[in-house]
Amino acid sequence: MNPPDLSILPGIPREETGPLFREPWEAQAFAMAVHLRDKGLFTWREWAEAIGAEIRTAQANGDPDLGDTYYLHWLAALEKLVIAKGAASAHALEDTKDAWDRAARATPHGKAIVLGAEKTA
Amino acid sequence: MPHDHDHDHEHGHGHDHDHEFSELSDVALRVRALETVLAEKGLIDPAALDVIVDTYETRVGPRNGARVVARAWSDSAFKARLLEDGAKAIAELDYGGRGGEHIAVVENTADTHNMVVCTLCSCYPWPVLGLPPVWYKSAPYRSRAVIDPRGVLADFGVTLPEETQIRVWDSTSEMRYLVLPARPEGTDGWSEERLAELVTRDSMIGVGLPLKPGASA
Repeated sequence: MNPPDLSILPGIPREETGPLFREPWEAQAFAMAVHLRDKGLFTWREWAEAIGAEIRTAQANGDPDLGDTYYLHWLAALEKLVIAKGAASAHALEDTKDAWDRAARATPHGKAIVLGAEKTA
Repeated sequence: MPHDHDHDHEHGHGHDHDHEFSELSDVALRVRALETVLAEKGLIDPAALDVIVDTYETRVGPRNGARVVARAWSDSAFKARLLEDGAKAIAELDYGGRGGEHIAVVENTADTHNMVVCTLCSCYPWPVLGLPPVWYKSAPYRSRAVIDPRGVLADFGVTLPEETQIRVWDSTSEMRYLVLPARPEGTDGWSEERLAELVTRDSMIGVGLPLKPGASA
């Protein structure tokens, strides 16, 4: 039997240095999942299953999954798990997201964004 | 490396908009929405989130694992305890907690080289190695480590003798692995501190070897 052709396998991205989190939202999403696990909203096993499922879905949808989209998977898994556990509704998350968007757009650059900013601007 | 953490000043990537006002990216908005809703319900404490981020950015990293390895190289009784029950022995150095509830330590010998992967996602022994590097989370590493460990090692610049058996350990949320590399030759009489400087992160994942004496900074 011939050995498998391993040259078709994709290369491993070897970016070595660089910050642990590339953007603040990655750090916040990371910390929220860890904190909720600490508080018992879900177990590590549930977490691993949720993020594993997210990664498989992303790959099926064409994400080359080189590690740089990892926190997108992380965030999607967190949203689904939080909703599945009844800790937040999809509706509330969507509404609050829109509220942050309105607040950001009403906040001058360099100023802290506060919910409801568009009402006081 | 720490980075600017003032998340009140982040803004989106689009710069074709009015520059006077802020814009948050879609993901940043989703994260803020989650934080707001969960905080309102008392399910998260924003101050605790800051502590968690700081912990992983500044306090927990592969230097912890290097001290564990150096201790094992120096103290055969500790090494025996470490191979018996990794998490328990690691706790002797005050490392433990989340992501390290169960850690198995696998020893490299003349015959066997160990390599660690998480094929499902990115399970990793946080208390001793910190958070995983990007490549550890990538699909190519996760799949190739199992299919072609020798090729992966070659990518990392490691060539092992043909007769060396390579064992690949697939981490789970229940069991995470730390490789105990072989102590480099020419280090007789070295202190634990000096030995720890030879222990690289990659050598504890099994995709690298410890530095040789004289090669450390």
